[in-house]
Amino acid sequence: MYTITRKKVLASGVIEMGILAPRIAKAHKPGQFLMVMNREESERIPLTIADSDPAKGEVTIVFLEVGRSTIELGEDFKEGDSLFAVVGPLGTPTHIEPFGTVVVMGGGLGVAPIYPICKGLKAAGNTVVTIIGYRRKDLMFWHDKLAGASTETIVTTDDGSFGTKGFVTDALKTIHDGGRAIDRIIAIGPPVMMRAVSNLTQPWGIPTWVSLNTIMVDGTGMCGGCRVEIGKESKFVCVDGPDFDAHLVNWDEMFARMKVYTAEERAAILANHECKLHLDNIKR
Amino acid sequence: MSETIDIAALNGVKEGEKKRPRSKEKRLEIACQTVEARVRNYDEVALGYGPAEAVAESMRCLECPKPRCVVACPVHIDIPTFIGLISRGKFSQAAEDIRQYNNLPSVCGRVCPQENLCEAACIVNDTNPKNPIAIGRLERFASDWQLTHDVRDAASVHKRPATGFKIAVIGSGPAGLSCSADLAKMGHSVDLFEALHKPGGVLMYGIPEFRLPKAIVQKEIEYVKALGVTMECNVVVGRTLPVKEVLDSYDAVFVASGAGFPNMMNIPGENLNGVYSANEFLTRVNLMKAWKNDSAGTPIRKPRKAVVVGAGFTAFDVVRIALRLGAEEASIVYRRSREEMPGRGEEIEHSLEEGAKFVLLTNPVKYLGDENGFVRGVVVQKMDLGEPDSSGRRRPVPIKGSEYEIECDLVVVAIGQTPNVLIPSNLPGLATRWGSVIKVNRESYMTTVPKVFAGGDAITGAATVILATRAGREAARSMDAYVRDPARTWNPPA
Repeated sequence: MYTITRKKVLASGVIEMGILAPRIAKAHKPGQFLMVMNREESERIPLTIADSDPAKGEVTIVFLEVGRSTIELGEDFKEGDSLFAVVGPLGTPTHIEPFGTVVVMGGGLGVAPIYPICKGLKAAGNTVVTIIGYRRKDLMFWHDKLAGASTETIVTTDDGSFGTKGFVTDALKTIHDGGRAIDRIIAIGPPVMMRAVSNLTQPWGIPTWVSLNTIMVDGTGMCGGCRVEIGKESKFVCVDGPDFDAHLVNWDEMFARMKVYTAEERAAILANHECKLHLDNIKR
Repeated sequence: MSETIDIAALNGVKEGEKKRPRSKEKRLEIACQTVEARVRNYDEVALGYGPAEAVAESMRCLECPKPRCVVACPVHIDIPTFIGLISRGKFSQAAEDIRQYNNLPSVCGRVCPQENLCEAACIVNDTNPKNPIAIGRLERFASDWQLTHDVRDAASVHKRPATGFKIAVIGSGPAGLSCSADLAKMGHSVDLFEALHKPGGVLMYGIPEFRLPKAIVQKEIEYVKALGVTMECNVVVGRTLPVKEVLDSYDAVFVASGAGFPNMMNIPGENLNGVYSANEFLTRVNLMKAWKNDSAGTPIRKPRKAVVVGAGFTAFDVVRIALRLGAEEASIVYRRSREEMPGRGEEIEHSLEEGAKFVLLTNPVKYLGDENGFVRGVVVQKMDLGEPDSSGRRRPVPIKGSEYEIECDLVVVAIGQTPNVLIPSNLPGLATRWGSVIKVNRESYMTTVPKVFAGGDAITGAATVILATRAGREAARSMDAYVRDPARTWNPPA
């Protein structure tokens, strides 16, 4: 079970994997995630489902080698290997209905999880304007795939090496200031990017949703480790989310909670992997 | 090989001879790891009886004709009979006898609150106060003996003709395991679904290794598998498998999804780093083995000063783990007094021996954080006991102006769990109390949805292993009658 059917390096430290998980592939809806355990004593890590193929019984994950377990998954596991456990699809699916024009934003690794959302929104009859952003041209992946799932696609790079120079927020501002009617915004990416989108759109009064990826153990509502304040109320990202109204998220609290195990994580990586280059990823 | 113990050598009584009761003697203490040793490891604290000790203790049993212990036992184990078997050296047979009533004897022998149940009722107390027969320890001994010495082909012992009925069980904790085992013995085809990566539910994630070794839990589970139960892990019914699909594929469904949703107090600072729900803390340590520094991938914060809020079974497990993680100080903060503590006597004693502090008649008001969002202290308030409340215990009343601060770098909130809403919210028509506790007819274990039965913590809120085991057993009987009933008569809750 849970055999890795394919593995591809999309960019430096960014890996795409196909995993045989027929029940998950069949049940998956956009916005949901799964929990992966590499080995019997590995931690359970939440990863968003980037695509699913019920006919093949396969789900796709895209992850960044950023912590102890993702580095291990990316470095030690090959096509044909099996993972100890994969459970899902978890979380409440993304709310999809005919909204009108929806801007879907993916930053860096966030480009992968927005793919099923764009597909779903488009199938529901929305005009899907997708803004995807990368740091540099050589870190780009899936931009063609996203273009196929969207009505329009805008690519940004921080250094201008491809598409529009700047951040995804700059592109969003350009569209908005150009007078485009936007009915809804969905943003997935690094927490700093999602907060920046939230801050930008709050004065506009456009409903903005983000997908949070906090620290979890079980992913089914049991531990509460993922909890974060949403509109003055504590919510569990794993079951109440992962999608939340961006304007209600207590971002400061979420940022602090993401760092609970930074010290433990660094120590574990230093102890377990000779390659310390990955520590650069953690700092980000 | 199991029946070769020389009983004559152990107790001076030959097979077939009437034994001499030793009820006047003191009950035999159980060997424990020393305090100094055990606070530095996660190995089991109570080491259990050896054969000689078990036989000696069993000789104290009067084997009364009208045993009160059997009445007091929630699953009515035939206690005098199994103890009699132990006294004659028939250890595996004793275990098999227990298994007619309880499918998890090695577990229940360890975690049941016997001092409030069978042992409280023991007639020996009348003439030899506080020295009831050590029923729990004997249960544990017999079952452990069978699981380690005499792994017979359980399936062949219990095999009944296949009925052709298919039953799904959701959740592999004590209720689900107990129900599955009984249904399998009755000849039904049972598929057991577990959301986590290991079967056992609360026995795996909730109860620590030093109180219930996971190898023992897995042996009990192997026994259930040997009865023919199919187990599939990593299946979250309601997510991985739609509830409707389960309903359509089986003749009956037993929901034993437990009480896995942690209660928090909703006071300021509860989301600071270092403030855990008991569920998270225990799951990291017990299921994910965060206590194994090197091999396990799951991290845990190592406390210097730990505060545990609550005084139930869970709170004592947590405080003892905190000490094992190296805490210089670990305190139970409880809003009532020692008398009202719901924890198991032995655990309370063990906690004190290991150095836990009790801060009683005290309740947290808010948590204080440092500049990085980590907890650095808790503001507590002193309490007074007022009139008894609905639980019969005196209600704690805050004393105004009594607030003070306790320094800590780890807080674990252990004030109870409620059932997960995943199944109720995915099953239209399933009636609940307080939004998550599934309503059943207490006779039939039938819910408001035909085909769907429920038991264990899912219908009571967090309770004990033995009550869940009983629910699983009684539900199995009701489900057996239901699937065989051509009319499939349904008796839902009122």
